[in-house]
Amino acid sequence: MLKISGGIRDAIVAHARRDHPDEACGIVAGAEDGDEPTRWVPMLNAARSPTFYEFDPSELLTLYRELDDRDEVPVVIYHSHTATDAYPSRTDIGLAMEPDAHYVLVSTRECGNADGPVEFRSFRIVDGVVTEEDVELVGRAAN
Amino acid sequence: MAVEVRIPTILRTYTDGAKAVDASGATVAEVIDDLEARHGGIKERLVDGGDLRRFINVYINDEDVRFTGGVDTPVKDGDTLVVLPAVAGG
Repeated sequence: MLKISGGIRDAIVAHARRDHPDEACGIVAGAEDGDEPTRWVPMLNAARSPTFYEFDPSELLTLYRELDDRDEVPVVIYHSHTATDAYPSRTDIGLAMEPDAHYVLVSTRECGNADGPVEFRSFRIVDGVVTEEDVELVGRAAN
Repeated sequence: MAVEVRIPTILRTYTDGAKAVDASGATVAEVIDDLEARHGGIKERLVDGGDLRRFINVYINDEDVRFTGGVDTPVKDGDTLVVLPAVAGG
């Protein structure tokens, strides 16, 4: 189960709408001894692609340094699919390297850049095995 | 050259859970070979056919070694070598 604030959920969805038709990506950090995503960190998709995303390697190092300094971990790793459903692709599964993270997928295939229906789903991806989990919105923390 | 190697979560199964381990070598390739000697199996996760795997990033201090000679990049005493898998997908 992923518990996430409505405010952060809305920020992720807005990011995905804005970057459509390219994939958007980022993380939500949280304290390393908990499982609570508290700090939204949108990242640039260095691939700038509608079918692929990759954090810029230099920004990745900066991000992980910052997480280390703050005793945080990437509780959520998110990206969007812009033409397919919000389910991990084979590439997503093959490249999933954070067994403790919640992998959030957003699909903007129906809404594009506009308001409209989006899918927002969360998964665990461990050793190539995908397990969907419930998403519970908690509070409305501003972010 | 003695360096500290920062190990990402997914590879800590090879280091008994340690976030950072010591290794030595004059180049990135030598450091990786030394890591393999101490933590068998880890090399295969980092390199493929002598080059770094496409979705593994290695940094010496702040520099991505892809821009400094790859596995031939020299390392100095006291350097920190950071291994970070790419965050990527389709």
